[in-house]
Amino acid sequence: MLRDITLGQYYPADSVIHKLDPRTKLFGTLLFIISVFSFDGLLGFGVITLFMFGIIYLSKVPLSFMVRGLRAIVILLLIAGALNLFLTPGQPLITLWKIVITKEGVRNASLMTVRMIYLIMGTSVMTLTTTPNQLTDGLEKSLRPLSKIHVPVHEIAMMMSIALRFIPILIEETDKIMKAQMARGADFESGGLIKKAKNMVPLLVPLFVSAFRRANDLALAMEARCYVGGDGRTKMKPLVYEKRDVGAYAVVIVYFVIVVLVKSLL
Amino acid sequence: MSFILDKVSHRYSQGTAYEITALDNVNLKINDGEFIGIIGHTGSGKSTLVQHLNGLLKATEGAIYYNGQDIYDKDYDLRDLRTQVGMVFQYPEHQLFEETVFADVCFGPKNQGLPEKDCTLRAFEALRSVGLPEKYYYASPFELSGGQKRRAAIAGVLAMKPAVLILDEPTAGLDPKGRDEILDLIAETHAHYGNTVILVSHSMEDVAKYVDRIIVMNQGSVMLDGAPRDVFHHYKELEEIGLAAPQVTYLMHEMREAGMDVSTEPTTVDEAKDAILRMLGRK
Ligand SMILES: Nc1ncnc2c1ncn2[C@@H]1O[C@H](COP(=O)(O)OP(=O)(O)OP(=O)(O)O)[C@@H](O)[C@H]1O
Ligand SMILES: [Mg+2]
Repeated sequence: MLRDITLGQYYPADSVIHKLDPRTKLFGTLLFIISVFSFDGLLGFGVITLFMFGIIYLSKVPLSFMVRGLRAIVILLLIAGALNLFLTPGQPLITLWKIVITKEGVRNASLMTVRMIYLIMGTSVMTLTTTPNQLTDGLEKSLRPLSKIHVPVHEIAMMMSIALRFIPILIEETDKIMKAQMARGADFESGGLIKKAKNMVPLLVPLFVSAFRRANDLALAMEARCYVGGDGRTKMKPLVYEKRDVGAYAVVIVYFVIVVLVKSLL
Repeated sequence: MSFILDKVSHRYSQGTAYEITALDNVNLKINDGEFIGIIGHTGSGKSTLVQHLNGLLKATEGAIYYNGQDIYDKDYDLRDLRTQVGMVFQYPEHQLFEETVFADVCFGPKNQGLPEKDCTLRAFEALRSVGLPEKYYYASPFELSGGQKRRAAIAGVLAMKPAVLILDEPTAGLDPKGRDEILDLIAETHAHYGNTVILVSHSMEDVAKYVDRIIVMNQGSVMLDGAPRDVFHHYKELEEIGLAAPQVTYLMHEMREAGMDVSTEPTTVDEAKDAILRMLGRK
């Protein structure tokens, strides 16, 4: 039931992309997003398409997993596309009764749609090939310099990884409690809004109780292991750049330069 | 005839990288009034199997019939099925939510559409039968100890008087006395009402003592199915899949191998006692 929801889930596979340092992937994703929002023209489109599908191919993650992330934004895409298509002023292309489709409208709508789709797919590559733990590790290390100006980087990263770890646990717990109450004849589906909200009580109370219990247990367990925060703390798997990361940085930067060149030349 | 499972398979997370076949082509027939034990190694699919019986999980393949009706039929009322097939989950204390224990036990009967008065009566009866001291009836369920919570949660299902009662490891984490009390209570209600009881358990002793039929699950399929003495006769095969026969079965086999003329059939301490006394000629 609920477990089937994919929340930017990790897809285990043995690929170059999986093995890259998370910092490399964060940097690459950032540049990719910038490039997606700066390209225009067919040639630029060709370059980013080639790059993205190349990376997806290398990651060994089936394309269907990337596309799955798009399902959530289909409606948004349709609305934004339609608004752009019909409401952009400019040179009329087709006129049907009162609806005018302009050349600029077609351009804006297609550009917008492509950007949104590529944005989602590009970031999916990162979340599908990096475990949440690696991701927070990468973020923590990349943002480390900020701790000089008293930003609690380690604490933020720790909170993030705990929150990420708890999402599947809470989903599983919800699933379990829901089943237990359904077995006692609870009804979570029928009825109006108020009745539905009332019917949620048998689900929400045990869920909160268990969330607090788990939080409490975790805090105790951390204290029992003498957790005192980030200072002087070492990592079991410290992040170190390898040769392939250097290569990856080079590829990403070359790609970015090409996109910029294509844009400024045309 | 209460349940027929016809080639039932269940796969979790179908169509993702995490697909797991938890049930693989299970065929079963469960008759009215049987007391069945389901045993199997951790992860063998016991919980998955029993959750199919009240429609909480839907088989990815195969069909399930309850009293001759296909429960996956479009017009079949699954909520009605759930009021007839009661289910006590692993760690049922996590389902408590009301302000008082008593109100929580009333939740099931109320959902069955019973009038207020009947709910109250049933709740009292169920709470008394699980042996929870009366002073806790109007306490908050969150103030009880683990074992007391477990009793309250089991009472919440018993109060529904289900025709089929399923218990998924109801005694995990209880002390020996609490465990015996709860199992005795279940056996008593079975003897009294003649309802069907399905008990999922890791303890061979418990299963041997109470049930009339054992189903052994292994990697999602039914490996053995029969009366306790027949199933435990295959103790070598059980060991291969990480299970064991009750201690007394081993004792009887060793006595036999040591040249004593005893039956190897006993599966409970009482049966073993009788067999040994018989051998000694005192009976
Ligand atoms: N909600 C779920 N999502 C995905 N896989 C699951 C889920 N529940 C169980 N499984 C998997 O299905 C298989 C069977 O699990 P099940 O809970 O039925 O085992 P079990 O026999 O009850 O084990 P135990 O004795 O530990 O309770 C296991 O491999 C388990 O990992
Ligand atoms: Mg189980």
